[in-house]
Amino acid sequence: MELTSWGQYPRANSELFSPSNQLSLTNALIEQTEASSIARGLGRSYGDSALANKVIRSNQFTHFIDFDVEKGILTCGSGVSLADILATFVPKGWFVQVTPGTKFVTVGGAIASDVHGKNHHLDGCFSQHVLGFKMALASGEVVHCSRQSHPELFFATCGGMGLTGVIVEVELQLLPISSSYINQTTIKAENLEQALTLFEQHYDTTYSVAWIDCLATGDSLGRSLLMFGEHDSDGALEAGSEGKLAVPFNMPSFLLNKYSIQAFNSLYYARVRESESQQYIHYEPFFYPLDGIHNWNRMYGKNGFTQYQFAIPKENGLAGMTEILTRISDSKRGSFLAVLKAFGQANDNYLSFPIEGYTLALDFKLEPGLFELLEELDQIVLAYGGRLYLTKDARMSEQTFKQSYPLWTEFDRVRKEYGADKLFNSHQSKRLGL
Amino acid sequence: MKNILIIGANSAMAQAVAKQYANRACSFFLVARDGEKLDTLAKDLTIRGAHSVTTAELDVTNFMAHAPIIEDVFDQFDQLDLALIAHGTLPDQTACQTDVELALKEIRINATSSIALMTDIANRMEQQKSGTIACITSVAGDRGRQSNYLYGSAKAMVSTFLQGLRNRLDKSGVKVIDIKPGFVDTPMTADFKKGALWATPEKVAKDISNAVDKGKSKTLYTPGFWALIMLIIRNIPEFIFKKLSL
Ligand SMILES: Cc1cc2nc3c(=O)[nH]c(=O)nc-3n(C[C@H](O)[C@H](O)[C@H](O)COP(=O)(O)OP(=O)(O)OC[C@H]3O[C@@H](n4cnc5c(N)ncnc54)[C@H](O)[C@@H]3O)c2cc1C
Ligand SMILES: NC(=O)c1ccc[n+]([C@@H]2O[C@H](COP(=O)([O-])OP(=O)(O)OC[C@H]3O[C@@H](n4cnc5c(N)ncnc54)[C@H](OP(=O)(O)O)[C@@H]3O)[C@@H](O)[C@H]2O)c1
Repeated sequence: MELTSWGQYPRANSELFSPSNQLSLTNALIEQTEASSIARGLGRSYGDSALANKVIRSNQFTHFIDFDVEKGILTCGSGVSLADILATFVPKGWFVQVTPGTKFVTVGGAIASDVHGKNHHLDGCFSQHVLGFKMALASGEVVHCSRQSHPELFFATCGGMGLTGVIVEVELQLLPISSSYINQTTIKAENLEQALTLFEQHYDTTYSVAWIDCLATGDSLGRSLLMFGEHDSDGALEAGSEGKLAVPFNMPSFLLNKYSIQAFNSLYYARVRESESQQYIHYEPFFYPLDGIHNWNRMYGKNGFTQYQFAIPKENGLAGMTEILTRISDSKRGSFLAVLKAFGQANDNYLSFPIEGYTLALDFKLEPGLFELLEELDQIVLAYGGRLYLTKDARMSEQTFKQSYPLWTEFDRVRKEYGADKLFNSHQSKRLGL
Repeated sequence: MKNILIIGANSAMAQAVAKQYANRACSFFLVARDGEKLDTLAKDLTIRGAHSVTTAELDVTNFMAHAPIIEDVFDQFDQLDLALIAHGTLPDQTACQTDVELALKEIRINATSSIALMTDIANRMEQQKSGTIACITSVAGDRGRQSNYLYGSAKAMVSTFLQGLRNRLDKSGVKVIDIKPGFVDTPMTADFKKGALWATPEKVAKDISNAVDKGKSKTLYTPGFWALIMLIIRNIPEFIFKKLSL
């Protein structure tokens, strides 16, 4: 059947397989001949990472298996979503250590993309709070992986985009909390330099993120709203409620031209009058502002969209981002969302995205001429020593990938050692020459 | 909602319903044919916060085994608040057209077994003068179509049964909900092409628990837009309908 991920681009023809348990998965792997097979969680990656001729779904690995109440260690199936974990454990006083901007991701997907959250500068990526996991290899064997057992496989699988095998069970450290509320400080920055300085000044704050108005130019280039947050100690422990809004069908994409975006941007910016303000808000709007609107991706129309997310080393942050934002603003191709975050140190995984510095994520509606622009941006990112996030990517070239992820050779070696290259290949991995 | 019985507890939709209620510390009596899957589910519900979980294995076509299990349920709970009937299969329509044995077996799984179970449960709930019987049928029961009328007719039989049961139990305060899902992404439909009309088991579960919590006694189309789709389908004149390849 035709399948796409969050960006609704590209589309692939895939056969779906939903193993009901480990045994049916491993039996299938042993008999399998399709060399283009890949695991898939909730399809919240944007491009072709979770697309292949045969897609192995984790939608029946959705059980909690064990919970150590003292230590906060949860063992669960790889198809369990962060939404499910939060709904169950927030009322018991636990949160996830690292969360992306949507709770509708599986723990398997979070490991495979080694996702980061607003606390990366202090707490690193998702995998850094994973104690271990069980995965099914190409041979059909199930192995337990951790930093101690099969360490190389562990480092290859975290951030490895499903290319080493299928994660079936995960052991996860949760974070104790005493309230489901967040103490948020919102600060306006007049331009990019101010924004980066503010990130530096608030480095000790657990959560930080900036929302950039990409259409602002000249002296206001990079004007933004910065949001800093800490878990509060007061307030009830209650999980968030589900959103009621939904975008049921693809909207005509002309609704999303540069004028509508400009209007949206100025509105957002004007909402905060003071240069600094305090809010006491539930974690739901703080971490998942868009989860309340189901299928908001359909706002970009049926041709879909792509998210361009890059990271640039700290020393080049201001120069690199200024050049890129200028180029985008010149192109008049606006982005509905532009999110800026500070990254702390990189971890040991071969293909994890974060490097110490800054990351910016922008959405682009798919239309003629876009890929030429993105190709130009790639060259700027490379020149500043940066890289693109694989889980958002649908188009980067093999050369760009290999140049910016030098540890790809280590990854390749481990992957071949476990015979994974014979079976686990996504449309993305083929494009990237893996 | 405190004490819950689920038949066909391993169904994806039933599991999603159970998980929601487990977060609210309910007690469960889970019945299904695969013991291993039941253990996995029982463990999961306990971690979520279920007050207690009892399990029993049952192939619903083994009618002799029904009574003792229902007996156990009412021994276990001083009062049963919700009985959810969720088991089912999606028969191969073409095969059922030439194999009468198979057709009858599918009717046993999808219709008569549910009716047998609910007959016993209804009498006991009538005595206790409270509780909700919720049974998953299907929009497929609303009109016979050449592609799956065996399944449709089995579901229609249960729906009509539920209609009468609701009518009978109204005065004793027992609620009867006929749950009619549209297309849901579950193991039953693993091989189907999925599109915009498809819902997740979690969405269906939310609709079910909402109806139960609000004390509804009615037919529930889930997701809600199926009420409209089926209204249209039911009203296509037969002389046109029979020419359609649905
Ligand atoms: C609105 C939105 C906001 C986001 N915000 C952030 C953010 O702030 N930070 C961030 O880091 N990411 C972010 N993301 C990206 C998202 O977190 C990742 O794409 C994540 O991997 C999606 O998880 P999934 O379960 O949907 O995986 P899928 O999209 O289904 O798959 C993603 C990758 O994981 C692999 N995979 C999935 N399950 C398994 C498994 N069981 N075993 C092995 N491999 C597996 C797939 O093969 C694929 O390569 C965001 C996405 C959206 C839509
Ligand atoms: N999925 C849809 O699109 C859809 C639409 C409308 C209505 N429905 C109905 O929704 C209900 C739930 O189905 P689902 O979609 O959640 O599918 P599912 O996950 O496949 O669940 C069906 C369950 O029925 C059980 N079952 C089958 N035969 C049985 C038997 N003889 N004895 C005991 N249990 C038996 C199966 O047990 P095992 O786990 O042991 O196989 C399975 O757990 C069914 O009544 C179905 O007809 C489904």
